[in-house]
Formats: sequence, C-alpha cells, structure tokens
Amino acid sequence: MSQHYVIVGAGEAGARAAMALREQGFDGDVTLVGGEGHLPYERPPLSKEGMLAELFAAKTIATAERLAEAGIGFRGGFVVDAIDRAGKRLEDSDGRAIRFDKLLLATGAAPRRLPGVEGDRVVYLRTIEDALRLRGVLGAGRHLAVIGGGFIGLELAASARQRGAEVTLIEALPRLLSRGVPEAMARQIEARHLAGGVTLVFGEGIAGIASGAESAVVTLASGRRIEADLVLVGIGAVPNVALAEKAGLAIENGIAVDRHLATGDPDILAAGDCCSFPLEIYGGRRVRLESWRNAQDQGNLAARNMLGAGEAISSVPWFWSDQYELTLQIAGLSDEGSTVVRRELGDGASILFHLAADGRLVAASGLGVGNAVARDIRLAEMLIGKRATPDPGALGDAGVKLKGLLAA
Amino acid sequence: MTEWIEACGAEDVDGEDVIRFDHGGRVYAIYRSPEDTYFATDGLCTHEQISLADGLVMDDIIECPKHNGRFNYKTGEAKGAPVCVNLRIYPVKVEGGSVFIAV
Repeated sequence: MSQHYVIVGAGEAGARAAMALREQGFDGDVTLVGGEGHLPYERPPLSKEGMLAELFAAKTIATAERLAEAGIGFRGGFVVDAIDRAGKRLEDSDGRAIRFDKLLLATGAAPRRLPGVEGDRVVYLRTIEDALRLRGVLGAGRHLAVIGGGFIGLELAASARQRGAEVTLIEALPRLLSRGVPEAMARQIEARHLAGGVTLVFGEGIAGIASGAESAVVTLASGRRIEADLVLVGIGAVPNVALAEKAGLAIENGIAVDRHLATGDPDILAAGDCCSFPLEIYGGRRVRLESWRNAQDQGNLAARNMLGAGEAISSVPWFWSDQYELTLQIAGLSDEGSTVVRRELGDGASILFHLAADGRLVAASGLGVGNAVARDIRLAEMLIGKRATPDPGALGDAGVKLKGLLAA
Repeated sequence: MTEWIEACGAEDVDGEDVIRFDHGGRVYAIYRSPEDTYFATDGLCTHEQISLADGLVMDDIIECPKHNGRFNYKTGEAKGAPVCVNLRIYPVKVEGGSVFIAV
C-alpha cells in the first residue's frame, strides 16, 4: 500500500510542503487539509494590495489545476478535530477520517483576541473574509480605529489612509513596533504615519469597546472615547496548538519541535507560525516566527525531513513590512545585539547593523523607499548565517560593499 | 527585424551586479557577470512584478528582492518556488563602451 503523507493547514507552510514533497520526488499519496474552504492563498497581501486594489482578488498559492497536476489531494473545509496517533488517523467532528503514515502540522496562528470584547464592528485580520469586511469601510468619510501598533495595525492604517478613511491607532506602549524593531526605525515609521494623517494615541489601554448598530465606541483607560465605523484589533497572534495539545504533543509557545522540525512523535512534524524551534545561530534559543519566509523555508524543510533528509534548520529569521512607499526588512533577531552601527544608503534609506558583544553580526534592520534596502539586508542575512564578525567601520561606510565583506 | 537599443554604458554596471533599464514602457534588467560578460532579461520578477534590479546577483543567479525567487539570468530559468515562470532573456552586445540589447 502506498505511503500517505498528510498536511494539516493549507497556508504558506502547508501548501509549500505539499509542493515540495513532489519536487523532491515523493511518489506516495499527498493530501493537503485546509480548515478554510478556499484554495491555498497568500496572506501578506490581505493588509496591503488586498485593501488598495480596485477589485479584490485573493492571490492563490496553488490553483486547483496545479494541485491536480502535482497529484496533491486538497481537502478544503475539513476541520481536523483529533489526531489518533496510535491508529494513524485524523478525524473531524462528523466522524470523517483521513489515514496517514506521516503527518505535518502547519496549523498557523490566529489573531489574539481582546478579552471581553464582542460585536459586529470589532474585526481581526487573518482571512479573506476578514479582508473583505475591512474593505467595506475603508473609503472617504469613514473612520477606522486600530488597536495595536504592530505590523497588521500599521499596514492597515497605511492602506486605510490611502483609501481616504480617517484612522486612529491606539498603542498601549509608548512606541510602535516594540517587538523586534529598533526604536530609531519605529520612530521613522511613526513620523511617516503622522505625515500620512493617522492619529496616534500612545500609552493608553482599552477600557472597553461598545459595538453598536451605527458605530463602535472605544473607551480608553483614561476615559477618552473614540467613535469609529469599525475597530480593527491587531495585538498579535497565538499559535494554533489545540489539536497538537489534545494529541499529547509538547507545547512550548507553539508546537515544540526540534532542529529537524520533529515533534516528540517520529511520524509527526510541525512547521510555520504554529511551531517553536531552536535557532542554532543564537545558541539554540527557542523562537516562534510569524513570517511568510519562515513558512516557506520550514515548509520546504519539513517536506525534505518527512522524506528522511535529517536536515537541521539553518535559516536566518527574515521578514518585511510595506507601509505607504516604505519597506522595512529585518534579518536576524535584533535583541541579540548590544551595539548598533548605522549605514546611510541615500534617499533616506538606512540600515542598522546589530552586533553582539563578541563582535558577531546578529541582525540588520533596514528601512527605505521600495526595495532600497533589500540587497544589503540579503547580504547581511548571509553574513549573519556565516556568524561573521565584520569590521564595524566597514559596516557603517556605504562606500564599502557588503558583498566584499561576505567573501572575507 | 531586430532593433538594438543602447541600454547603458558598460561601466555603469559593476561586476556581478545588475541595473534597471526602462524602454518603450517595458522594464529590463542588465547584468554584468563575474566574468565581465553582459546579459539582459525582463526587469520584473515573474512572481509579483518586483523590479529585479534591486535584487542580489551571485554568480549566475539574480534573486528577487522581495520574495527571494531565483533565476539564472543567463538562461532566464526559474530556479524554484516561489517563482515558476522563466524570465525572458534578450541578446546583448557591447560596442564602443556601451551595452546594447535587442528588443
């Protein structure tokens, strides 16, 4: 009987893993199980092009034809309720079952909910349906309240302003992007949002949100009230671990996997937003990453390791965010650094290099118009992966090519 | 009939690097290989229309600056996900210190 490899979760990591199994020459059965009814689609555009385009069109990762050509069975709208590890079966709540020989959990993450807040006018952004809901209120004369100064909130704020809506963004901390983005760069992004006409409120908690028939009212801890047509809550995401937890797999800020993406069960792996894993370049520090690139890399790696490659995670964390004409790109984990060297690239673009006490380059944060910082961030990523200790003077001098440092 | 268009000066492109060239409403990318040979391709990634000239050239490969899609710029071949459509390539000649492409 032919081997059946099953992937739960049809997002970036799951869809990539399914395709990669075929690219690697696996000739058994492959089934991709998605809880949403949609074909696999890209989530990054939902807060950006998906908001700005005249007509909304989801960007499909793999069309039905492509999946069929690759011999990948797609089960959309199948919500897995339990993993029977001993019986090697997945079950949904109607008792339907899918047998597996090897299983990849790519269950992703879900928006963190604001406790005690319900109502039609309070929305989160993760799915196509969420995006369509938001698009309806992004025109002129509308007012969007955004709770949370993270990437989702800021990208939405930028898109809403470009569509002509008024935006008030409320952040509980004294600055934007406090998780993972250096303050100097967060201040530049803040200035861009102020110039774009976003009203920013810092250091205020939320006392409550009343979602009414005509509008929603956000009441801040100080008693200040903000009325809006819609309230977007973007306060982070939580990994979808319920299924793994119920199956007795270890959970540690996500489904805990080793450096090969394996769980404690030799036939079950996990990849993408849902899992936490050790990063060897940072001394085995356990992290969980919510990024498109991580989902791609781990989807590919999971497929290879399902086929017995035994490869360890070697990618350097990398992500980007687009807001207005600006793109932020960060490679590595900046909190691993103790000193910062700045390189000016011209036209307002700059890169901050984060160095550890021993001189090792551990992260690089770049901000500029379009893809002005992309090439140098990519080179920095390679330097980080090589555990290089480049001369700080050279890093700060835009006349010195980073490619030359890579060869050194 | 082939039309040769002057794209740039030969010294405008560093070795193992790329620049953008706009002509007739199209975007091209002009490459100089580590062996000092010149190549030309369509300038936008076949995945999401990102300008490849902001990307990184390593040996024979151009990598898209946004999603790291990789192409062999000498042959146009897409090297795997997320890119699956090859890049169109154009003939190139160098004359009198200038790079010409046939469009």
